[in-house]
Amino acid sequence: MPAASASAVTTRGAVLTLGLLGLVAAVTLVAVLSITVGARPIAPDTVWSALTAFDPAATEHRIIWDLRLPRTIMGLVVGAALGLSGAVLQGATRNPLADPAILGIHSGAALFVVLGVAVFGLTQLNLYVWLAFIGAGGAMLVVYAVASLGREGATPIKLALAGAAVTAALQSVTSAILLTSPRTLDEIRFWQVGSLAGRDIAIVVQVAPFLAIGMVLALATGRLLDGLSMGEDVARSLGQDVARLRAIAGLAAVILAGAATAAAGPIAFVGLTVPHVARAVTGPNYRWILPYSMLLAPILLLGADVVGRVIAPPGEVQVGIVTAFLGAPVFIALVRRRKLASL
Amino acid sequence: MTALEASRAVRSIRHRLAVRRRVVTLALLALLALAFAAALYLGDYAVPPGAVVRALLSPVTGMVDKGVDFIVLNVRLPRALLAMLTGMSFALSGITFQTLLRNPLASPDIIGISHGASAAAVFCIIVLGLSGLAVSLGALLGAVLTALTIYVLSWRGGITAYRVVLIGIGMAAMMSAVMSYLFTRARLFEVQQALGWLVGSLNASRSDDVFAMACALVVLLPATALLVRALDAMQLGDDTAIALGARIEAARLGLIVVAVAYAAFATAAVGPVSFVAFVAGPIARSLLAGSGKGFTQAAIVGALVMLGSDLVAQHALPIVQLPVGVVTGVFGAGFLLWLLVVSNRAGRVN
Repeated sequence: MPAASASAVTTRGAVLTLGLLGLVAAVTLVAVLSITVGARPIAPDTVWSALTAFDPAATEHRIIWDLRLPRTIMGLVVGAALGLSGAVLQGATRNPLADPAILGIHSGAALFVVLGVAVFGLTQLNLYVWLAFIGAGGAMLVVYAVASLGREGATPIKLALAGAAVTAALQSVTSAILLTSPRTLDEIRFWQVGSLAGRDIAIVVQVAPFLAIGMVLALATGRLLDGLSMGEDVARSLGQDVARLRAIAGLAAVILAGAATAAAGPIAFVGLTVPHVARAVTGPNYRWILPYSMLLAPILLLGADVVGRVIAPPGEVQVGIVTAFLGAPVFIALVRRRKLASL
Repeated sequence: MTALEASRAVRSIRHRLAVRRRVVTLALLALLALAFAAALYLGDYAVPPGAVVRALLSPVTGMVDKGVDFIVLNVRLPRALLAMLTGMSFALSGITFQTLLRNPLASPDIIGISHGASAAAVFCIIVLGLSGLAVSLGALLGAVLTALTIYVLSWRGGITAYRVVLIGIGMAAMMSAVMSYLFTRARLFEVQQALGWLVGSLNASRSDDVFAMACALVVLLPATALLVRALDAMQLGDDTAIALGARIEAARLGLIVVAVAYAAFATAAVGPVSFVAFVAGPIARSLLAGSGKGFTQAAIVGALVMLGSDLVAQHALPIVQLPVGVVTGVFGAGFLLWLLVVSNRAGRVN
């Protein structure tokens, strides 16, 4: 019997590994699409020659290197970061509703960008990155500090409540500024939707180190989150330091979501829903949920971006909008079809 | 410990909890009365307390001073009443969702009802160019349609709380995508107008709104009281509740309908005032410290947060009148954060 169950586990592991490989292939496919599809269709052989033998004089080569490639890389890393941070947060707080937006990350970033525009008159995307990052980090810090006060430390319920409270407070201040400053509202309404367009490679380079650190931290927590998913007491009896695990997971999530929001604006939905889809495929095992979320999210985000480019010519629809519009029905269908594993 | 001692101990704990519940309720009511009095008394036009009372009695005793009577009865009274009624509705909607789904993050703000109302209102303002009552009706319709869609989509031979929440999240995402899209396509002037509605305000309170809200509550409050008794059993989890013979499905459907109606009416009247729905339940429960479900207390807290926020919104800054939604966020959040900091007993806030 032990042999049989061991082989079942191995088979399942093999299936899930195959699934991961399939997802890698899908990510690659979406990335290729993202480079070739756009307002100006570029033939695959031109794409290939642009990548292998770059000719600065050719317009199409320039489009690929200056616009499509940075945008694609941005979609990949931002997507991966959002998916991972959502999965880690849901695991660490054991709340299926936890996501970067609920823990104050989006509202902190938004408030700082709004302040930058309203008070200092900043209008450059490159500067937004830092403002958003500081705002996201600051908000998360306040949330965490408030939640850890008191005897039992940062329990999931206190984290969730503190996060929602801080989010509401920050949003109030943001709307007060936007109501009184039409100029800021005009500037910010496009940033606030979330978009991958118009970001040059410098922004990717700026956020890349943060994303790398965040991803390593997040993936390292997988085994520990599995222990925690059985309950805090079980995790403790397995010898885990639950408070430290929460701190590390929270740090990873804020770095990832903060950097992603800084780069692309507050994109809701991805971090919240992708982990549920991953969980439906893999079962309640964070060592699988984390990599699956990390690969599923860029497929959704970049796929939505490609659709957004062609859906309303001659203009574009921002990725934040398309993600919700494409993702939500798929997500709802999944929720209806499968019995999703609850936390 | 003998059986007698044990039963005595249980009785004394029960007694202490009942005392606590009563004290909390009375204290909240006293605060609310104070805020109500302040709302009638404070304002740009100075009215002495005696004149306020006379004006309130003027429908019975006859007019004394036409100007004062108008200000108190037609401006300040409707505004204060609307604040309290909508605050109560938001609070009851929030605590019902939170209790029903056993998740403190579940509130009409998160599972899509408010988003439905908001998207409909933004559509009315930006695309149809409507304003005033038409927008309110649009919001009401949006909320009801969204709730209905969520319920239909969640139904698969029954309803599970988890599925309702997840599908609600999906709907919320779609609705806010609609709003974002309209925001990026509209002219700045229209965006400003829509944003004003989205923040929520009591500046345009009329007696009609108060009447509509009061009518809704006359139906909804008794319904809630009946259904909440079924919640007691549900709190133990579905299986236990079924074993105890509670008619889960009917009670749950009823509660969802009631909670949606609260949120829909209140949102239509004043806009999706952020956070009142979310914050009232946790505040009431942490004040009660385990001595009750907290529906009554949450309703009072909701009224208090709304009325208090509106007082701050009207009088905090000398020149600008802030919309109430800007203040509820700060005020409610501050209250909740303070409670989180001071309550250090495990499991107190839930």
